[in-house]
Amino acid sequence: MSGTWALELDGVTKVYGEQPPVHALRGVSFAVRRGELVAIVGPSGSGKSTLLHVMGTLELPSEGVVRIGGVDASGLSDRELSRLRARQIGFVFQQFFLAEHASVRENVADGLLYAGVPAVERYRRADEALERVGLSHRASFRPTQLSGGERQRVAIARAVVGTPAIVLADEPTGNLDSTTGASIMELLHELHANGATILMITHDAGLADQLPRQIRVLDGQVVSDTACDRGDVA
Amino acid sequence: MIATDSRLGWRDGLRVASVGMRARRLRATLSALGIAIGTAAIVAVLGLSSSSQAGLIAEINQLGTNLLTVEAGQSFTGGQAKLPLQAPARITHLDHVEELAHTGLVKEAKVYRSALVPPASTGGLSVRATSLNLTAVLGVGLARGSWLNAGTAREPVAVLGAVAAQRLGIDRIRPDQRIWLGHQWFDVAGILEASPLETDIDSSALVGYPAAQQYLGYLSLVHGAKESGPPSSIYVRTATGHEAAVQSLLAATANPEAPNEVNVSQPSDVLTARAAAAGAFDSLFLGLGLVALVVGAVGVANIMIISVLERRSEIGLRRALGATKGQIRTQFLAESILLALVGGVVGVLAGAAATAGYAESKGWAILIPVEAWSGGIAAALLIGALAGLMPAVRASRMPPTVALRTV
Repeated sequence: MSGTWALELDGVTKVYGEQPPVHALRGVSFAVRRGELVAIVGPSGSGKSTLLHVMGTLELPSEGVVRIGGVDASGLSDRELSRLRARQIGFVFQQFFLAEHASVRENVADGLLYAGVPAVERYRRADEALERVGLSHRASFRPTQLSGGERQRVAIARAVVGTPAIVLADEPTGNLDSTTGASIMELLHELHANGATILMITHDAGLADQLPRQIRVLDGQVVSDTACDRGDVA
Repeated sequence: MIATDSRLGWRDGLRVASVGMRARRLRATLSALGIAIGTAAIVAVLGLSSSSQAGLIAEINQLGTNLLTVEAGQSFTGGQAKLPLQAPARITHLDHVEELAHTGLVKEAKVYRSALVPPASTGGLSVRATSLNLTAVLGVGLARGSWLNAGTAREPVAVLGAVAAQRLGIDRIRPDQRIWLGHQWFDVAGILEASPLETDIDSSALVGYPAAQQYLGYLSLVHGAKESGPPSSIYVRTATGHEAAVQSLLAATANPEAPNEVNVSQPSDVLTARAAAAGAFDSLFLGLGLVALVVGAVGVANIMIISVLERRSEIGLRRALGATKGQIRTQFLAESILLALVGGVVGVLAGAAATAGYAESKGWAILIPVEAWSGGIAAALLIGALAGLMPAVRASRMPPTVALRTV
């Protein structure tokens, strides 16, 4: 199994509060193969963010199973979940979340800080990742000296530096103008072409349509999945 | 599944712990300042008291610790005992006694600036007859004029102790300088410097034994013959290292008939003990230092709590990058300790510099007790840990999803 699937969700339900309970996710099931580029699309309030948190093991589901790279996240301790995130999941956020006092290179290397990788190796791989996102010439810059698009590239480099099983990108173009956004989309396609598994969350249907597979969510449920339509998933 | 250890090395740990300080230098400086002031105050107070104490003890050692004092104590009936007239001569014959001087308190005589001063205004001054080698034995120098000699010891001539001269308003020696002593005028020959070992001398007007006998009636009758004396205090210099041996024999030698009516003491011991007690530290400033430390601790705690709130997204990101709760807790706790430690080290250096500067100006040896600087740093570490504990626990308990939620 773990050879094929980067991410599997099976009957995932997330309920917040008790009176009245809010059903953020209702029995969500889908699976993402290694090397896929997938869009999760839905309007605000559809449960996208909760889905991202559950897929990223930042939250555990109320019911159902989440598997990352074949590992069942439920029942893992905080330490084990942290280890799973450190090595198997890369995050890209709408707000970039870069450390302003540190150089671009340090920011990217910090993607491996909690993965038990020695410093020398972290910086070597950071240089490689920066090359992949086309920012080698900015390695010694501070994030404040970069444009928005460049900052998002740094954040993407940080997400892929540890070659995780899956990259979760939350509205990666949300804070960028359309031209810069397009270049970021191009970068995601390139990374995908080189074998990365990327799952992008967006409210923008137009953007989602540029990706090979779209999973539409509404009211905490999957309403359509182009892979199922094509019969890719059993 | 994943076996490799993902703990941070000390270098990474230190880098992560100093993120907050490096990102907001001014704020870090100000919050460390409180700790620095408290630590500096404590180190300076302890350092200064130790240095002044060391200075005093050095001074005492310079005066010599081999001086013993023999004085008349109380008699069996509770009255004032007297030393025998022959006591100095007997003590001279003891082994290891190098030098000996003595004075006799002339109780009936008082000293005034002039005859017009009311008799009750004695100024706490006394008149003493003295042997001529007193200054040499006590190691007291002359501030003005000259000391008594065989000639002036027979005449109405006095030498004033440092305090006596000050109280009588005499600061220089003129040929016609006189004082009203025992109902007659005495010339003033000189003024002594302060005598730390024997402060009674400071508040005395000293005259020769023959003069005391002739002009003040200070005499004893021995087999019907008049002799000057008896002495009331005998100052004995012993060979160094034999103080205790000589001390044990002095009472019985001075007054074999009633050794229990003789008090024997070692002035340097008394002074050293007094120096130790006085040098104990100024509790007011020490208290102020502690208050500054507590205020500093509150400042650090406050900054850490604000920092945790402000850095929610950093906490969320670190959690997303794979930091455990424990690693987040350690990061903020270490940051707080680091902040307080920087303050503590700066404070210790400032306190040491203040001590060094002041001790230098006073000519003391610079002495900063190990307990002062190590205690200052330990206190800073403890404060950092206490102040950072609650914010660190808060940071670690913050759910990553809440931390990542943008405001």
